[in-house]
Order: sequence, then structure tokens, then C-alpha cells
Amino acid sequence: MDSAGDIAIRVRGLTVRFGRATILENLDLDVRQGETLGFVGPSGSGKSVLLRTIVGLVPHQVGTIEVLGTELDSASTKERERIEQRWGILFQNGALFSSLTVAQNIEVPLKEHTKLSRGLIDELSALKIGLVGLAPEAADKYPSQLSGGMKKRAGLARALALDPEILFLDEPTAGLDPIGAAAFDQLILSLHWNLHLTVFMVTHDLDSLMTICDRIAVLGKKRVIAIGTVDELLRHDDPWIREYFHGPRGRAASAAE
Amino acid sequence: MSESAAARRPEGWLQAREEGGALAIAAGGQWNLRTAQRMERDVARFASFKGKSATIDLGAVETLDTAGAWLVHRLTDTLKAAGASVQLINVGEAQHALLERLSQLNAHVEIEPPRRNVFLLIFERVGEGAHEIWIEVIEALSFLGLAMISLAKLLIHPRQFRARAVVYHMEQAGLNAIPIVALIAFLIGVVLAYQGSMQLTRFGAEVFVVDLVAVSVLRELGILLTAIIVAGRSGSAFTAQIGSMKINEEIDAMRTIGLDPMQVLVVPRMLALMITLPLLGFIADIMGLLGGAVMANIELGVSPGVFVERLGDAFSPWSFGVGLIKAPVFAGIIALTGCYMGLKVTGSAESVGRYTTRSVVHAIFAVIVVDAVFSVFFAYIGI
Repeated sequence: MDSAGDIAIRVRGLTVRFGRATILENLDLDVRQGETLGFVGPSGSGKSVLLRTIVGLVPHQVGTIEVLGTELDSASTKERERIEQRWGILFQNGALFSSLTVAQNIEVPLKEHTKLSRGLIDELSALKIGLVGLAPEAADKYPSQLSGGMKKRAGLARALALDPEILFLDEPTAGLDPIGAAAFDQLILSLHWNLHLTVFMVTHDLDSLMTICDRIAVLGKKRVIAIGTVDELLRHDDPWIREYFHGPRGRAASAAE
Repeated sequence: MSESAAARRPEGWLQAREEGGALAIAAGGQWNLRTAQRMERDVARFASFKGKSATIDLGAVETLDTAGAWLVHRLTDTLKAAGASVQLINVGEAQHALLERLSQLNAHVEIEPPRRNVFLLIFERVGEGAHEIWIEVIEALSFLGLAMISLAKLLIHPRQFRARAVVYHMEQAGLNAIPIVALIAFLIGVVLAYQGSMQLTRFGAEVFVVDLVAVSVLRELGILLTAIIVAGRSGSAFTAQIGSMKINEEIDAMRTIGLDPMQVLVVPRMLALMITLPLLGFIADIMGLLGGAVMANIELGVSPGVFVERLGDAFSPWSFGVGLIKAPVFAGIIALTGCYMGLKVTGSAESVGRYTTRSVVHAIFAVIVVDAVFSVFFAYIGI
């Protein structure tokens, strides 16, 4: 690769403020290429804000963000666009365009950023629909006709449309029933294996953390207070982390593992 | 076949050698979305292949994403369709997994719902529309009945009266609407007097401009304009407020706690409007006359004193009453339409917008229809 080595996302000294409220302060983070990093933290600790800051939806006051070797703040518009095509984002509720069918949603980035033939675009969008485990019949449905789980899958298919190297997931299993959530976990695992994705996942779901994450980062006190494998975090002595992993739900999830 | 372009820039390439009906294809470089446009053309060239067997060597492929893998899959299919047996060699483990995964997927789906016959659609839409109107009329009538029952309940149990809510909505829908209502009524008075004086001077009947302004503002325009403004301002606000509460499941929460949304949300809004709309109408009347007086003075030199004197002659208490009597009825229409549309909201924020628009349009429509009915009625009884 390049000077970034095998680091996909490098965040240094990041500070994000909303008015007077400081959400993130002097935050450092490295996401390695090809890993699945789970992000946990108490509600309101700024997990989603961090995700949105990295992808540029929330402005930051201090600090640098480097994605795939490109520093986003100093990058030209063109460089930025190139980086944006190398990541895909799944928003909490899918964020599908409501006036387009599922297949058309997936085709939006393909039509916008590639010059592929119509036929190939149709085929690729059909493939993505299959890849995320949606039935072919879902392709010509509008988002309002889909269930929550199907919307997430369709959102994931759109996020994967440009074959990104990094996949951002904002609470991918929230609102899914346990069976649906487990299936979604398996889906991410298989995509990770098939497409060599780097996955950045914000989640509250202990089961998905245990199942699919290589490393877990804990957000608290406006920065990353711990990052490591499940085993490393189980031995961590921060009270919140202990409570999180050794509480009744944490024990149940690790027992299941 | 395609020459190696790998030297120039990171590209994908395909090279083919033919030996006695057996084709050896070597693929290499970048097989991804960025190069797919070119690779698709390269792959298509093999459609005319007429041989017995082919091998595809993926050994030199550096990157393979879903688009690339799909083209490899297409190449295989193309060759097979031409009647050759195809073998993939030097396939990496991950590449194999991806190819395997893709080969199981369905590549043909309907992108859009099927289009329907246009003529059938027109019939269907007309029928649906007519049916909807019918349903809406029935629903609106039952809602009116429900509102009346709720009002009657209030008479039986006056302690359920929510004075605070009524006062709040009187402020929002009434007090805060005074500036805009006053301004518009004043301007309408000005316009009427001006246009009237232009016509009346031709007959030397300038002074009748007072009658013109008085009759049109007091009987019709004052209250009608007020109702239209309030429908746009407050009727829409009622729909938006209640609609967003509906989406937020607040209405459901109310019901489970034992609060009646009719009693909590609809009745206070209705009462507030029924109290304030006549008052707003009165202000509009006064401002309209004022506007007329100002214009009559400027344009025709009718002094304020003459205006008031003439007004005394033209003015019968009935023309005042005929206007204001309509106000509570209009208020009821606007409030009930707004609340009814708000309660009909379902699902998304988009639906709030749709029903808000409908609420305003329907309220204004109903107000004008009822106004026409009133006019006929008053003419009939001779007021």
C-alpha cells in the first residue's frame, strides 16, 4: 500500500464540539486494514458522532482524519470524492431513497460514479441484492413496502454498490429480532471474508461484538478509553468496561461464545 | 485479443492463445469496478468463440471485486454458451469463495414494478378517487358527529374543560394572527375603495364608495379572508401538530392512559377557534372600513366625517351580523378539518406534509362552499 501501511483509518487529536458541548476531545484511533472493529460506549458517548465525523457529515474543530492514506481535511475535492467511493455507509434505518425501488437505490452510486453499461449495472445491482440475502422479488419494491430488517439489508446492498474497501455500519442490528440480528452478523462475516472489507461498526449488540469483531474499541470520557480483542477487554479494569462485559448480559453473550 | 495494458496504468487485461480448438485465456491485473467498463467489452469478444475447451488462468489477477468476479463469471458463461468446456485455473482461495458465492446468485431481477396499461390506470384512478371521496365524506361526517358528542360530554362534565389548552390555542391561532389579518383586511379595503371610486366617479356617484366598501367588507370579504388566513395559518398547524404526535405514537399513548384525544386535542382547538375567529373577523371588518376610509379620503376627498356619516346610512346592524354569524361555523370547519387530517396521518413524516396540504385546501374549499350556501340562505330570507 502506501505510507499509511496497513492502517485504514487513522484519527489523531480529534475534537468535536456542538456549540458549547464537547462531544469528543483529543481522540486517537487506528483502524487496521481488513479488520472488523466494533465500537461500544454508553448511550450519548458520541459513537455515532465519531462515525459521522470520520465520513465528513459532522465538522470537527481540531485533529486530523486519514482514510486509506489520504488526509481528508487537506484533500482536494477530487481526492475526497475518490475516497468517498472507497467507503460505504449503512445508516441506522437504511436511509433508502423513498422514491426509488430497492434495485434503483443500489444503482444510484453505480450510475453516478461509473460508466458501465446499463446491462452490467442491472446485473451488479441484482448481485448485490442476492449478496445481502434479499429475495429477488424485493428488487422492484419501494422502501415503504419493506420491513425494518429488509430495509437494512437493502441499505447494506447500496453501501456495497461500489465495492468499497471500508464499510461503516451504524447500529446494524438495532431493531432486528435476535434471529434477524444473528443472520445479519453472519452476513457481515461472509462479506468480510468474501470482499476483504474493513468494517467499522457502532453497536450495542453484545452478541454481534462477540461474533464478528476482531477488535473492540470503547468510547468514554470523550475519547477511546480502550481498544483490543474481547479477551483483552475482559481483563480491563475500567469500571464501565467491567460492568459492560461482566454484567449479566455480557456474561450471557460470552458464555454463548 | 487485448494486449497487455498493465504497463501503462493499473488496468485489467485478458490474453488468449488458441491451440487446436483449445483456448488458453490468461487474465490479470485489476478486475474491479473501475476497470469493469473495459473488461466487459473484452469479455464480450469471446462470444464468437468456436472451440471445444477453454482454460481461464486467474493467476495474474491482483484484485477481484464483485464486479470483476461477475465478469469472470460472464466469461465462463459466454464460453459455455458457445459450446466449450471451461476450466478455471490458479484461482486463489478468496477469489474462489467470491466466484462460488456469486454463481449462486440470481442476476436478473425486476428493477421497477411492471408498467400497467395507461387506459386501465386512468379508469382505476378515477374509480379509486371517487370511492375515496365517498369514504372521506362519510368519515368526515362521523368525525363531525364525534366532535359534537365530545362537546356534549363537556356540557355534562364541565370539569373536563381544558381551559389552559383553550387559552393557549386562542393565543396561537387568534392573538398571534391579528397583525396579518389586520394588514390584509386594511389592504383589501384600500383596493376596494380605489377600484370602486374609479368606476363610480364616471356616474358621479363617488360617495357610494362607502356603501360599496361597507357592504362587501362587512357581509363577505372581512370574514371570508379571515377564515382563509386562519385556515392557512392554524388549520395547517393543527394538522402538523396532531400528525407528528400521531407518528410519535403520542395519540396511542394517550388512549392507553385513558385520555380521549377528541377531548384533549380536538375540542380545545375547536373551541379556541370558534371564540377567536369572530373576534378576528370583527378586527378585519374594522380594518377593512379603515382602509376604505383612507383611500376614499385620498382618492375622492371624502373626509372621515362624511365617511362615518354615510356609513351610518349604509350600515344596517344586519350586514354586520350577517358577516359575523358565519364566523363560528367557519371556525368549526377549519378546526375540524385540521384535526381530522392530523389524525389521519400514518407512518412517515412525508405523510404529515401531504395531509397538511390537504387540510388547508379542503378547509378553504369547505369555507367557500358554506359561504355560498349562507349567501343563498340570507337572500332567501331577505336579509
